[in-house]
Amino acid sequence: MIRKEMIAMLLAGGQGSRLGVLTSDVAKPAVAFGGKYRIIDFPLSNCINSGIDTVGVLTQYQPLKLNKHIGIGIPWDLDRNGGGVTVLPPHEKSHGSEWYSGTANAIFQNMDYMESYDPEYVLILSGDHIYKMDYEVMLDFHKENNAAVTIASMPVPLEEASRFGVVITDKDKRITEFEEKPENPRSNLASMGIYIFSWPVLKEALLAQQDVSGCDFGKHIIPYCHEKEQRLFAYEFNGYWKDVGTLGSYWEANMELIDLIPEFNLYEEYWKIYTRSDIIASQYISADSEIERSIIGEGTEIHGKVFGSVIGAGVVIGEGATIKDSIIMAGTSIGKNTIIDKSIIADNSSVGDNVKMGVGVDVPSKLKADVYAFGLVTVGEDTVIPSDVTIGKNTAIAGVTEASDYKDGELASGEYIIKAGDQV
Amino acid sequence: MKAIGMILAGGQNNRMQELSSKRAVAAMPVAGSYRCVDFALSNMTNSHINTVAVLTQYNARSLHEHLNSSKWWNFGRKQGGLYIFTPTVTENNSWWYRGTADAMYQNIDFLRRSHEPYVIIATGDCVYKLDYNKVLDYHISKKADITVVYKKLPKDADVSRFGVLRMNEDSRVTEFEEKPMVALSNTVSTGIYVIRRRQLIEMLELCAHEGRHDFVVDILIRYKNMKRIYGYELTDYWNNISTVDAYYKTNMDFLQPEVRHYFGQDPQIFSKIADLPPAKYNGGSKVHNSLISSGCIINSTVDNSVLFKKVFVGKNCTIKNSIILNDVYIGDNTHIENCIVESRGTLGSNAYFSGGDGVKVVYERNDRYVI
Repeated sequence: MIRKEMIAMLLAGGQGSRLGVLTSDVAKPAVAFGGKYRIIDFPLSNCINSGIDTVGVLTQYQPLKLNKHIGIGIPWDLDRNGGGVTVLPPHEKSHGSEWYSGTANAIFQNMDYMESYDPEYVLILSGDHIYKMDYEVMLDFHKENNAAVTIASMPVPLEEASRFGVVITDKDKRITEFEEKPENPRSNLASMGIYIFSWPVLKEALLAQQDVSGCDFGKHIIPYCHEKEQRLFAYEFNGYWKDVGTLGSYWEANMELIDLIPEFNLYEEYWKIYTRSDIIASQYISADSEIERSIIGEGTEIHGKVFGSVIGAGVVIGEGATIKDSIIMAGTSIGKNTIIDKSIIADNSSVGDNVKMGVGVDVPSKLKADVYAFGLVTVGEDTVIPSDVTIGKNTAIAGVTEASDYKDGELASGEYIIKAGDQV
Repeated sequence: MKAIGMILAGGQNNRMQELSSKRAVAAMPVAGSYRCVDFALSNMTNSHINTVAVLTQYNARSLHEHLNSSKWWNFGRKQGGLYIFTPTVTENNSWWYRGTADAMYQNIDFLRRSHEPYVIIATGDCVYKLDYNKVLDYHISKKADITVVYKKLPKDADVSRFGVLRMNEDSRVTEFEEKPMVALSNTVSTGIYVIRRRQLIEMLELCAHEGRHDFVVDILIRYKNMKRIYGYELTDYWNNISTVDAYYKTNMDFLQPEVRHYFGQDPQIFSKIADLPPAKYNGGSKVHNSLISSGCIINSTVDNSVLFKKVFVGKNCTIKNSIILNDVYIGDNTHIENCIVESRGTLGSNAYFSGGDGVKVVYERNDRYVI
């Protein structure tokens, strides 16, 4: 086996419970994004664009879609002789079998995988961020500083810093202190959850911390390395980076793609984002359609009006329908004369005719006020919504619903109908 | 599997004006997202034919680029695979392919070394869907030596660029004329044939021995009374794209829902993946009855047109009844009507192009400034 200088370990096992019904049957990294992508496409494309051809993808929660999407890695050129992409689910062992209990625990359980490549460096990534980053530049920084651990970090507004792990550095970017979600942050440099470890350092730390339950990079491994007085450095990243962990930030990140010249530009030549596309055909826009400020995926047929929206591949928008400020994912069909405002509709759903979605007053969700907020309607995958119903704001719908589920043909703001998946 | 496939994609063509000056007809982009050869290749793979050879010669570079990996059509296999045969100089031969029969004869080792009993011969310049197994079953049931797939064109169609055939009531071919001045019928050969492999080898060897090189003239027409040649009717959509008008019409056909949905349903047509972002419609875009492909950015009016991949349309433009091929940049205030704009073109601002009553091929190479 050719020795690999750096391999990547991509953490893709999380549920992402704050995305509500969007992740009731799929892992968050497999959620659609930007009309044709899935969230995991961004770190995977970054890897291959940075020259990393060996990536272990750690899966746990609802991995079916993710596995299918990754396959043998063809879309990202990760189908390799020696290396390439390997899906790493939790597995039974002769003594003690357990689920991945934390980010570092998941990596620890795949020690054999990393050892087989005997790399000099290991890159730890998470599968739920939208960004473009050249990890090779970060590796150069790591080598220049003769670092043991390099943490990618970016400046955030000080009032938001308490949501992140915060690093405090000296003038040489060496980390002097590390605080996980501090109440009163002393720095605005937030950790992005992207780490480069020199392999012996990572191995030693993982072995030393193997008995810690729920072993986590931010909570355990980084503090451990810091305690051992290892050389920890902060690599400052100033590009676009978005954690799409909540429905609000997910919706916002999609909407930002529509801007005339978006901050996160998918149309740049030199840093392509790759994905698996099952649909090749071009999209058709009918004679009666109106489309402005929108992006639309392959094979979609538009017969209505679309404004300020992100439409996936293989979608059908019926005659007279109006879609505004919404995200509609692959394979979904929208009936005639239906009006959809500020909604997120997941894959392969079907909305009937004359539906009014996203109307009424903004009242908090009765299901989960912190999840179904932002005035959004959230519809899970494979959902069916009958004709002639009215749906309010901060609502959630999943599963095959019938007219009888809607009292007086209405789902009031803040209400929900969950008939499929785990109730979340 | 009972058959191997051979796709003839090497012919020169002068009926496509500038469009084929740089590329083989089989590499012509079709319907926004495909290349013409994708249809024959997808039909092969959807008919579970594992071994396919594409014979290329004229302007082969763009075609070879498209075929640089066999995985998009599911041919990246140990059993079978996709073979590209371009003329090579050998000890006994320094000729180019002198005709379709010669092209196959020069690769007769490929035919000899296969073990499948039948060969499906197809061309790379037609847009259609066909399960070749149905033709093969028909071929076997008729105990035919060669089966020709034919299509009945409308009464008013110009058939002078096709092989025209006439059959008896049993569908046995009785007359076959290549590119006739006055046609005896409007039934044309689609260039798709089924033939037993050993029969083909025998015929090709005899042809070569006699210094004959064309499959239609020197095999089909010469043998038609001696061998059992049968016709199989293709009733679904079929079009040969090898003139500017036919190419234009074929692309415009995809604006009709019947045609689009016919090709959109399974079995699907495969193509090389371009990895472009979704199409983007900015403020001011007015798009009606058009096909738009990934990577396009649109800022103004597009009507009854087909935009291929990565087309940029500036502000206050009008694009009407036109076909814009891959990677074309159109500056502000430009008007394009009844045109085919060649790929990688850069059209300046305030320009005006019109094909009048016909179709004009636009080939513009201005400097492009990319931010």
